[in-house]
Amino acid sequence: MHELGITRNIVSIVSEQAHGANVTDVTVEIGKLSGIVPDAVRFCFEIVRQGTPLEGATLHIREVPGQASCHTCGMTFPLEEVYHSCPCGSQHITCVSGEELNIKDMVIY
Amino acid sequence: MCTTCGCTDTMHPTMTNMATGQTMPLAAQETPAHSHTHTHEHLHRDHIHANQKDPPHEKKTVVLEQAILSKNNQLAEQNRGWLAESHILALNLVSSPGSGKTTLLEKTLTDLGKEFPFYVIEGDQATLHDAERLRRTGCAIVQINTGGGCHLEAEMVAQGLEALQPSAQSVVLIENVGNLICPALFDLGEQARVVILSVTEGEDKPLKYPHMFKSAQLVLINKIDLLPYLSFDMDQCLRYVSMVNTTTPVLRISAQTGEGLASWYQWIQQHRLTVQAHKGL
Repeated sequence: MHELGITRNIVSIVSEQAHGANVTDVTVEIGKLSGIVPDAVRFCFEIVRQGTPLEGATLHIREVPGQASCHTCGMTFPLEEVYHSCPCGSQHITCVSGEELNIKDMVIY
Repeated sequence: MCTTCGCTDTMHPTMTNMATGQTMPLAAQETPAHSHTHTHEHLHRDHIHANQKDPPHEKKTVVLEQAILSKNNQLAEQNRGWLAESHILALNLVSSPGSGKTTLLEKTLTDLGKEFPFYVIEGDQATLHDAERLRRTGCAIVQINTGGGCHLEAEMVAQGLEALQPSAQSVVLIENVGNLICPALFDLGEQARVVILSVTEGEDKPLKYPHMFKSAQLVLINKIDLLPYLSFDMDQCLRYVSMVNTTTPVLRISAQTGEGLASWYQWIQQHRLTVQAHKGL
């Protein structure tokens, strides 16, 4: 259950950066190929935020679709699984998006 | 708390030094020094940056743009830097529970322990069983019990290294918690990640747990002595590994009988020499 550790990291980083202010919203970016399940993060967030400046905060999760570029044909294509090949058949690809795990911003007052 | 694998924060990680028998709680993760030095003092109309100290009175959007795992990643880089300076090869051994990791370590420590010094950081959710087994090899070991956690993190390894004080040019073997999902995300500062897959688990594990296999620098297929009794399709398994990770070498071994272990030992030796050849970071 790495989502628990991930959520703790989100709450810890945001609490630190809030410098004592209350947080109303947090936006995170979770790539579809990151191995992190957004629903599990939402579930953990409800518990982990208790007693922190994020107690009343809403968590917004932006899911980023997977994309790869192919070294053989040069095409950029949607990547649904990390082990998929390019439609041209080549396995020499680089994942260009979908592995994100970032905190984008927060709203404080 | 966790409906997937039983993770909970009600139990805290501990570390047991097998030389002294002392068990201590592992300190909470510390925030490493912030790495960039510039300040965000420029003005923005609709948002402020995170270095604003005074709590504002109106709602404001604060841009963070920070990796969720940034703390772990920074600590992992610190571990990697320290290991490189001392020319130490550190390997992160990951697999599902029961793949034969501890048997493989026992064999490795027994066979190679006389050639160069080994140290072991042993990770399990609970018990000292594995550390007790490995202690018989004479190797210095710390056992980390993660309590509720399902993987080792860079901070745990930092504290394990602190307790072990491995000598220059040695090899540190980190046996991660048996789990093919969570440890994939957590860099420990190792030079290489070794995934162990036993043939009793089935040939499709690389596709079922692609993140772990994708992040591997070596795949060991263990328990090959059992192949005559199983319907394990080795060729299919090798195809699946190469679908997920086109560059990783695969070695077939039996930690029980010793078959194929020479190639594993050769791999360790090669990587040890590579680490020694580096002048440090």
